[in-house]
Amino acid sequence: MLKVEEHQRDLAETAEEDETGGVPWFQRFMERIGALWTLGVLVVLIVAFGTVAPTLYTKAAWLATASFAVEYLILAIGQTFVIVTAGIDLADGATLGFSAMAGSLLMANMLGSHDSGGLTVVAGILLMLATGAGIGLLNGLIITKMKLPPFIVTLGTLTAVTGATDLLNNGTEITNLPGFVTTLGTASVISGWLPVPVLVALALALVFGLVLTRTRFGLRTYAIGSNEVAARRAGIDVDRHLVRVYMISGLLAGVAGLMVTANFSSASPIAGANDELYAIAAVVIGGASIFGGRGTIFGTVIGTAIIALLTTGLVLANVQPFWQQVAIGAVVVGAVAVDRVRTVVGTD
Amino acid sequence: MDSGEQSGAAASPGLEQPVLEVRGVSKRYGSVHALRDINFEIHRNEVVGLVGDNGAGKSTLVNILSGALHPTSGQILVDGAPVSFKSATDARDVGIETVYQDLALAPDLSIWANLFLGRERTVSGPLGWLGWLDRRAMMSRSVEDLDRTKIHIASVSSRVGRLSGGQRQAVAVGRAVAWGSRVLLLDEPTAALGVEQQAKVGDLIRTVSGHGIPVLLISHNLPQVYELCDRVVVLFHGRVIAELRPKETDLDSIVSWITGSAMLAGKTAR
Ligand SMILES: Nc1ncnc2c1ncn2[C@@H]1O[C@H](COP(=O)(O)OP(=O)(O)O)[C@@H](O)[C@H]1O
Ligand SMILES: [Mg+2]
Repeated sequence: MLKVEEHQRDLAETAEEDETGGVPWFQRFMERIGALWTLGVLVVLIVAFGTVAPTLYTKAAWLATASFAVEYLILAIGQTFVIVTAGIDLADGATLGFSAMAGSLLMANMLGSHDSGGLTVVAGILLMLATGAGIGLLNGLIITKMKLPPFIVTLGTLTAVTGATDLLNNGTEITNLPGFVTTLGTASVISGWLPVPVLVALALALVFGLVLTRTRFGLRTYAIGSNEVAARRAGIDVDRHLVRVYMISGLLAGVAGLMVTANFSSASPIAGANDELYAIAAVVIGGASIFGGRGTIFGTVIGTAIIALLTTGLVLANVQPFWQQVAIGAVVVGAVAVDRVRTVVGTD
Repeated sequence: MDSGEQSGAAASPGLEQPVLEVRGVSKRYGSVHALRDINFEIHRNEVVGLVGDNGAGKSTLVNILSGALHPTSGQILVDGAPVSFKSATDARDVGIETVYQDLALAPDLSIWANLFLGRERTVSGPLGWLGWLDRRAMMSRSVEDLDRTKIHIASVSSRVGRLSGGQRQAVAVGRAVAWGSRVLLLDEPTAALGVEQQAKVGDLIRTVSGHGIPVLLISHNLPQVYELCDRVVVLFHGRVIAELRPKETDLDSIVSWITGSAMLAGKTAR
C-alpha cells in the first residue's frame, strides 16, 4: 500500500504545482481577472468620454445609450448561448426584422377588420416570438440534421429571411399599430430613468444568465462547446440541445423585434439589418471564445455596454460617425486577440 | 506489494462467474473479416491486456464492447447475462465504461462538472424541474469519488483544461468508477503521456482493479502491459492467437505472438 500513498501525494503535489509555480504568470493573470478587464475598459471609456463631453453624465445621454443598447443586448444574449456551443447565428438580425414585420402585419390587419382589443396585441406579440423561434428551429434543424457549419447555414437564412421580409409588405413599413405597442416603447419606471424596453433587456439578461450558469441546460451548453464528442459520450442528445440553443437565439430575436417595433411605433423591413455583427461583437468583447466552451452573459452585458457607449460617446464628443464603426471594429479585433492569447498561453 | 492480493483471484479465474465474457464474436466489413470467433473472459480484480499489431482488430473489438459497433455474430455476457447494445449509452447502462484515448472530458468545465456530465444532479422542488443544479451536492460527492480512487486533486472546482495529462486520465478513470462501472475499458490510456505520468496511470489501474473493477487495457506500451496485466490476450489478423500470463512468460515471447513469428514457429499458447 506504500506505493499507492506515494502516488496520492504525487498527484496532490502536481495539482498544487498547476495552481502556482507550473503556470506562466501571464496566464494566471488573465485567468484571475477573467472578464474583469472588459469591465475596466468600460470604466475607462466612461471616464474618458465624460471628460471630453461632460454631457455624457446626463439623463438624456444615459437614456439614449441604454435605449440604443436594448436590441443589441437581447440579440447578444441568444448569441452568447450559440457562441458558447462553438456555433454562430448570423441570421439573428434578419430574424428580428422578419418577426417584427410579420407580427406587425398581423396586428395592422386585425386592427383594420376587428376592434383594437388585447387580442390583437397578444396575437401580434405571439406571432413575433413564434416566427423568431421558428427561424431558430429551422437553423438548428439544418445545422444538426444536415451536419452543415452554422456559419454557412445562418448566412443562408440571413439572406433568405431578409428577402422574405421585403415580400411581407412590399418593402414598406407598417405604422398602423395598436396603442399598446407605442406605450410599451415609451413607458418607463423609476421616474423616467428606466424605460420598459431596457428593463425587459436587463431582466432577460438576468434570467438567461442564471440559465447559463446555474442549470443543467447551461452546463450542457458549455460542455458541447468545450468538447462535443465528450458531451455525446456522456449521453447528452447534442443535436436536440443545439436545436434548442438556436431556437433561443431566434426567440430572443423575436423579442428584440418587438422592442424595436415598440421603440419606433412602427415596423421597418430594414430593422435589424447588420445587427448580428454588433451582437457577435458584444459577445466576443465580453470574453466568450469563438472556439466554444467559454462566455458569460455578464461579459456580454459589458460588451454591449462598451459598444453602446462607443456609439453615443463618439457622437457626444463630436467625432464623425464613421469612426464609431472603426472603433468598434478595433475593440472586436482586440478582444479576439486577447481570447487567442488566453487560449495559446493557456490551457487547451 | 499491492499486487499480491490480486493474483489470488486471478490465479483461479475458472471458479467464479466472469464479469465480462465474449463468446464467438465476429465482425465483418463486407468481405473483410475484422474479427473471427473471438472468445475471452474477464474476472473480478483482473487486469487483462489486449494487444495486437495495427489492423489486428483491437479497435473493432473495443467498439463492439463499448456499444459503438454491432458484432456480425456472437454474444457478450455481463455477469453471465447476455447483453446487446444499440448505443454507447446501452453499454454504459450495463456497467461497461470506456475511457477513450482522446479523453472524453470537457476542458472548459470544472472537475465536478465533468464527473457529473450527462447525469447532473438538480435540486428538489420546482427549481429542480427547471434543471437548477445542486452544485454543492455534486462537488462534495466528487471529492468522495476521487478519494475512493485515490485521486487527490487540490480542488474539484479546477478546470480540467488546467490539469496535467496524468491527472486528466485520473479524472476520466475516476468518472468511470464513480458511474458504478462493472468493467473498465482503457483504450491507450498512456499514449499521450510522459514516463512519470504513465507510471501514475499504472498505479491508478491497480487501485481500480483493487476495488473489484476489472480492467481491459488496450495499449501499445508492451512493457507496461507486461508489468500491469494478469493476463494478455493477443489478437492477430482478427483472431485470438494467444492468451499469456506475464508471470509465466517473458516480454519477448509476447512480442513474437504479436508479430506472428511465434505462430510460424509452431508454438501454442492458451
Ligand atoms: N469501417 C471499416 N470498414 C472496413 N474495414 C474496416 C473498418 N474498420 C476496420 N476495418 C478493418 O478491420 C481490421 C481491424 O481494424 P482495427 O480494429 O482498427 O484494428 P486495430 O485497432 O487493432 O489496429 C483492419 O483490417 C481494418 O482495415
Ligand atoms: Mg486501432
